[in-house]
Amino acid sequence: MKENDKNTMDRREFLKRLGIGTAAASAAVLATTGCGGKGSKAGTGGQGHESGEMTYRTNPTTGDRVSLLGFGMMRLPFIEGKEEIDQEMVNSLVDHALEHGVNYFDTSPAYCQGKSERATGIALKRHPRDKYFIATKLSNFASSTWSREASIEMYRNSFKELQVDYIDYMLLHGIGMGGMKEFEQRYIDNGILDFLMEERKAGRIRNLGFSYHGDVEVFDTMLARHDQYKWDFVQIQLNYMDWKYAKQINPRNTDAEYLYGELAKRGIPAVIMEPLLGGRLSNVPDNIVRMLKEREPERSVASWAFRFAGTFPDILTVLSGMTRMEHLQDNLDTYSPLDPLGDEELAFLQQAAAMMMEFDTIPCNDCKYCMPCPYGLDIPAILLHYNKCINEGNIPASRQDPNYRKARKAFLVGYDRSVPKLRQASHCIGCNQCSPHCPQGIMIPVEMQKIDKYVEKLKQETL
Amino acid sequence: MLRKIRITLAAICFTFITLLFLDFTGTLHAWLGWMAKIQFFPAVLALNLGVVIALIVLTLLFGRVYCSVICPMGVFQDIVSWFSGRRKKKKARFTYSPAKSWLRYGILVLFVIALIAGIGSFVALLDPYSAYGRIVQNMFSPLYRWGNNLLAYFAERAGSYAFYETEVWIRSIPTFIIAAVTLIAVVILAWHNGRTYCNTICPVGTVLGFFSRFSLFKPVIDAEKCKECSLCTRKCKASCIEYKSHDIDYSRCVACMDCVDTCKHGALKYRFVGWKKRASGKNAVQAGANAAGMKAPDPKNSGPKDRSRRNFLTGTGLFLGTTMLSAQEKKVDGGLAEILDKKVSHRQTPIVPPGAVSLKNMAQHCTGCQLCVSVCPNNVLRPSGNLMTLMQPESSYERGYCRPECVKCSEVCPAGAIRKITTAEKSAISVGHAVWVKENCIPMTDGVACGNCARHCPTGAIIMVPCNEVCDKEGHSGKGHGKGMGNGKGNGNGQGGGHGKQERRHGNVMVPAINEALCIGCGACENLCPARPFSAIYVEGRQVHTTI
Repeated sequence: MKENDKNTMDRREFLKRLGIGTAAASAAVLATTGCGGKGSKAGTGGQGHESGEMTYRTNPTTGDRVSLLGFGMMRLPFIEGKEEIDQEMVNSLVDHALEHGVNYFDTSPAYCQGKSERATGIALKRHPRDKYFIATKLSNFASSTWSREASIEMYRNSFKELQVDYIDYMLLHGIGMGGMKEFEQRYIDNGILDFLMEERKAGRIRNLGFSYHGDVEVFDTMLARHDQYKWDFVQIQLNYMDWKYAKQINPRNTDAEYLYGELAKRGIPAVIMEPLLGGRLSNVPDNIVRMLKEREPERSVASWAFRFAGTFPDILTVLSGMTRMEHLQDNLDTYSPLDPLGDEELAFLQQAAAMMMEFDTIPCNDCKYCMPCPYGLDIPAILLHYNKCINEGNIPASRQDPNYRKARKAFLVGYDRSVPKLRQASHCIGCNQCSPHCPQGIMIPVEMQKIDKYVEKLKQETL
Repeated sequence: MLRKIRITLAAICFTFITLLFLDFTGTLHAWLGWMAKIQFFPAVLALNLGVVIALIVLTLLFGRVYCSVICPMGVFQDIVSWFSGRRKKKKARFTYSPAKSWLRYGILVLFVIALIAGIGSFVALLDPYSAYGRIVQNMFSPLYRWGNNLLAYFAERAGSYAFYETEVWIRSIPTFIIAAVTLIAVVILAWHNGRTYCNTICPVGTVLGFFSRFSLFKPVIDAEKCKECSLCTRKCKASCIEYKSHDIDYSRCVACMDCVDTCKHGALKYRFVGWKKRASGKNAVQAGANAAGMKAPDPKNSGPKDRSRRNFLTGTGLFLGTTMLSAQEKKVDGGLAEILDKKVSHRQTPIVPPGAVSLKNMAQHCTGCQLCVSVCPNNVLRPSGNLMTLMQPESSYERGYCRPECVKCSEVCPAGAIRKITTAEKSAISVGHAVWVKENCIPMTDGVACGNCARHCPTGAIIMVPCNEVCDKEGHSGKGHGKGMGNGKGNGNGQGGGHGKQERRHGNVMVPAINEALCIGCGACENLCPARPFSAIYVEGRQVHTTI
């Protein structure tokens, strides 16, 4: 019962994927994504995305014509084995995206170990400034950056890193994670929100909004003060799992249906994050794959999630953290142009979502906000490995299971491959410095210790 | 024909024993473990009378076939010698040389003295089986493992779980050097002179040589038929045939049958000759006593006596500063904290694995063959660097700990140094006890909750207790603070992502307390302790293992 509360399928952006050498488990996942996504279309002859025009949405306040596919810069590729972004790959991804109509790029000073803004800036600088919109955030999460000076410095630094003199879309980052109190400390008490509104007036910020996770009180309060702040847009997490099940997955969170409804009511355009739940909606259990493929054998599993997000009219853009060219190509296919879901298809997806709720996966989207763990664990890699084993049926419940030996080997050998021994769950000391950073509200130490206990049972054969 | 049988059997034995040392998965041992147990010297140390008597009887019947077939070191030399002989004009390159009895028996005497005196390292140095084991473990096993890792690399990419990666590391520099030197020496000797090692140095060869003089079957030169062509002498890798006098030194003959196969005149036959009196009484008595070798030696125990342990702390203090590095402050999203390698804790008393019974038992029985080291899946066992117990295994927990489901070392030991135990027995054998080092303990230094040792203790010997005021003071001292406030100085945008502040709790931290009566010394606590490079909890060995 308890486990049902904690673990289950859930949210977040697109086919994004680990960048760093965290690779192995995810590498396999990636492969699946690549095949499912690209292979299916390639089979129909040539590259599908050349066939049509990107779908665009119009921002009601500024009239910006924004591509429905937005490029999330949180999961940029890293050079294998190094802590350095693969700038060449980023450049070619950005070039390809711009060439095919993508014009919204979303970054933050915190992403990719703090290296995302600079990489984004370098890649975009090579193109005319009026061809794209840049979104970044004031990511003053650490208490040392709560002061007015430190926050403003962070804001100004974004201009430097991005090499721009105005920012199209500026967000208060991840409000709600620390509740109302922390929100006020970060943006109200230090006068930063007023400062940002001044900047908007001065034209250095063209649109001001916020991204939201967690405590719904903060969300409601912000919308209640819409007349005061005049939000130009709001970024929320939306996908066919979170539409109705976000709260069931974690009581701290709120169903996307409500969030979107509140925004639509006020005519505030929504930017969507985690349309693919960190790739989990492209790497679903076998029976779900079969279900989706039976209906649309030519479309990738991921495309369902993107079509779902794109179907809602008041959505400005759907962000996807694309690490690899296959991700980008598959997404371009899906949105060039968008083929919106009908009512019957929406109901079908809800049915799939209900089935996925049955699986005890941990709702980790590999955003790496929890990292680095001060004691060296690779938290997302551990959780992803566990989820992968769930999806592949390699979590035997007892030694009597018919596939026990095979599943045990797959779990244990795969574990060592995905996570170096010293970064495995057995090293979690339970200090709980990670959990407050998790946008999905996962109780990380609890999950770590649960996984560790399970591993012990497998190793000792006492399951 | 006889030669072909000998070569076939030798090839099988040699391959299997070598694989025994190479296989790190422990699967082969179930099938081939006995091959190590029929080795002469380990059997002597294990007081395995059946095997010792069988080998002596074998020698009395057929000569030193042990040296030609069963002993991997002997076969290894034959292989080297064979390669040497493939060179042009080197096919028949040996000459007769008189026995160097003074050297042989001198070394045997030293060997026995060392055995009695408990100088295990000297004993282990000379035993041929162990020397070969060390060579394989130190020289060949890394290649084997790298090969495996390569397969694992491809298996991973092919989505197969058939191979998994394994760690390759030098477990002990002295033992590695000894193995390398032994390898070079043996190869040089074998390359030039065939079985020199076996007939001048090897104590097992000397003992069996004594018996083989009386063997019932022997190669014999028929003086009538012999044309004194010298071919047999030049083919004899033991250099023991004097063709002119038609004499064969049977103490050195390893019954390889090369001469029998070589003789073109049918003058050399391996046949029944019965008992012939030849031995000198004096030698017989001495060698006989040695061969039995079963005197229970009472070596002065090599284990240290001082059980005080806290002076470990003095060394640790120096490293407190570096320990901090392991716990890094979160500034942005992603990345991995650096993990310092654990350093070997200094132990007053070394730890030997469960089944070893006591340090004394280990010292007396172990031949340093490294079979247990090869098979240890948790990287716990490594050869000791202590002069008295050099090359004998000891446990340490920086890379892994002695896991409850594993009793592999006890299953493979051929010498009775680690006796066979079950996992159930193991769970109650205490090989040491944990010691807490307050100064390193994370709740003290970092001010965060931990308890990882208690969570992983298989016997529940660690309980978490609230710490008193004394500890609180420690918690406040400098270190915790430095880290708590450290995020002010990052570079530029580097400080964005720490969502939420980190609060350091100083009051009421929970720290581990060890119930020594329950501790089995498995090292789970030491290995999984987050404090680095020195753990805040480590295991002190016991001289004699106890049952809890």
